[in-house]
Amino acid sequence: MVVLNEKQLQEICKDMRADILRMTERAGSGHPGGSLSAVELMAVLYFNVLNHKPQEPGWSERDRFILSKGHACPVLYSAMSRSGYFPVEELLTLRQLDSRLQGHPNMKALPGLECSSGSLGQGLSISNGLAIAAKIDKKNYRVYCLMGDGELQEGQVWEAAMTAAHYKLDNVCAIVDYNNLQIDGKVEDVKNIAPLKEKWQSFNWHVIEIDGHDLIQIFQAYEEAKGVKKKPTVIIARTIKGKGVSFMENVAGWHGKAPNKKELEAALKEIYG
Amino acid sequence: MEMKPTRDGYGEGLLELGKTNPQVIVLDADLAKSTRTDWFMKEYPHRFFDIGIAEQDMLGTAAGLALAGKIPFVTTYGVFVAGRAWDQIRTTISYAGLNVKIAGAHGGISVGADGATHQALEEITLMRVLPNMTLVVPCDAIETKKATIALANFKGPAYLRFAREATPVFTSESDPFQIGESITLKDGKDLTIIACGPIVFEALTAAKILNQSGISARVINMHTIKPIDKEAILKAAKETGAIVTAEEHQILGGLGGAVAEILVQNHPVPVEMIGIKDTFGESGTPEELAERYGLTANHINIAAQKVLKRKASPQ
Ligand SMILES: Cc1ncc(C[n+]2csc(CCOP(=O)(O)OP(=O)(O)O)c2C)c(N)n1
Ligand SMILES: [Mg+2]
Repeated sequence: MVVLNEKQLQEICKDMRADILRMTERAGSGHPGGSLSAVELMAVLYFNVLNHKPQEPGWSERDRFILSKGHACPVLYSAMSRSGYFPVEELLTLRQLDSRLQGHPNMKALPGLECSSGSLGQGLSISNGLAIAAKIDKKNYRVYCLMGDGELQEGQVWEAAMTAAHYKLDNVCAIVDYNNLQIDGKVEDVKNIAPLKEKWQSFNWHVIEIDGHDLIQIFQAYEEAKGVKKKPTVIIARTIKGKGVSFMENVAGWHGKAPNKKELEAALKEIYG
Repeated sequence: MEMKPTRDGYGEGLLELGKTNPQVIVLDADLAKSTRTDWFMKEYPHRFFDIGIAEQDMLGTAAGLALAGKIPFVTTYGVFVAGRAWDQIRTTISYAGLNVKIAGAHGGISVGADGATHQALEEITLMRVLPNMTLVVPCDAIETKKATIALANFKGPAYLRFAREATPVFTSESDPFQIGESITLKDGKDLTIIACGPIVFEALTAAKILNQSGISARVINMHTIKPIDKEAILKAAKETGAIVTAEEHQILGGLGGAVAEILVQNHPVPVEMIGIKDTFGESGTPEELAERYGLTANHINIAAQKVLKRKASPQ
């Protein structure tokens, strides 16, 4: 496991943002908005928290990461390549014929992906299964699961929330990318999920609320979760969809639309200053 | 030739229904722009409900609306509606014969770059197996509009499959459309190509290519897969003696399966099937994928040559 300091993480986040934009621009499609909102959450996880060996993706003791909101795979592919799973140049093959970087994650194509995803609402159940297996096998690995806030409208999420609490899966850490946007608009307008903290609390979860772009808060939340016993933890991360690119921030239209060349250039200028 | 996605036909059909049928209610699951239900939403906001990312809940809600006499059109991508909510469709809707209209967008591999997770290739199989269900797969935007309107006027559960990409608009407003009655687009005597969905246009193109080598192919637009037009299939088998089916869907249990079931029980003739062959899709452009998965006019042409050989020298 690499451990980066705050300055280094900030630089990595810039590169990851640039990756997401370059990848989707090249592909001509894809999901920048919900990838950009999760950059800090993913950077801290992949560089400072996960116990993993990118050179040995099948290592049995590794922590597991499940991308339940599979459409945000550009941020996952970026975190994986920058932490050593595959060459950074391969990122530009996103969504092309024969690429290992499928439009939504395909675990059979790319080592290091813990599951295939793209149909929302399923990742937390998968995480629970991995966590139960860890308990049976007396393994110490933890399971992290990133979900969207719109995704929480899926009933299965709440079925899984009950399962995790019932079986006291303290090795499960769910992360909610609370950017308050889904495809059809603001989450609170399409179908409100608030009050979110109280919902998870009433489902018997340990709840941590943070600013999802604050590297220190993110790191502390992951650390706090590790110490919680007999309960699963959810980190509710307040984020901005499209974070880091002024014209994408808080705009629902950038959920599933790629930037063109000019937009990419403007975005890169903003990111690197 | 005008190019337009069949999903546009759905959106236009709903707009028409908004004007003419106050019982029509439209539901979506956070994909209103993509499925074109946002056109209806803007005109008739009080008859539109976004249920959010909750497909099973949406189907159940529609069941309730239907029980109260409404005509709900539930809409999202085919994978999520036919797959995720299949049990709700089966046990709550089909079993009771509730008047729910299910619209499955993004049918087929032509969805492209999103990859396997979003390419619906199983809905024909999943819906066809349900008693009481009607299943319509229109071939272009005009036919999709007609099918949408026809389904509102028809009682009982029904599934409408349409696609993402712009495809040729080759039928006309004045062409007849009746649920359950296939349309013979071109007559022929040597073999029959039976197709559904936008690939019908490829079938017509293949028939033209075949014609150049003196082969006369009949082309049937089998827009209704259930109840299927058994009469037209058997007539084709008897009169042309060889069949090619074509669909942008799994062959297993799909149109190919449906046609074969009729033929083997009544009048077996050689059949070749164009469609997805028991595999998932992948990311790529629609054109690359059509080529790789064997869904072009050229592939239909090759299948036709093959079926004619089998017809000429039966084993
Ligand atoms: C079961 C299912 N229904 C619908 C979709 C289509 N879809 C993809 S992303 C998305 C919106 C997701 O919103 P959110 O969970 O808030 O993600 P984020 O804002 O982080 O991108 C939808 C509806 C899907 N992938 N899976
Ligand atoms: Mg969101």
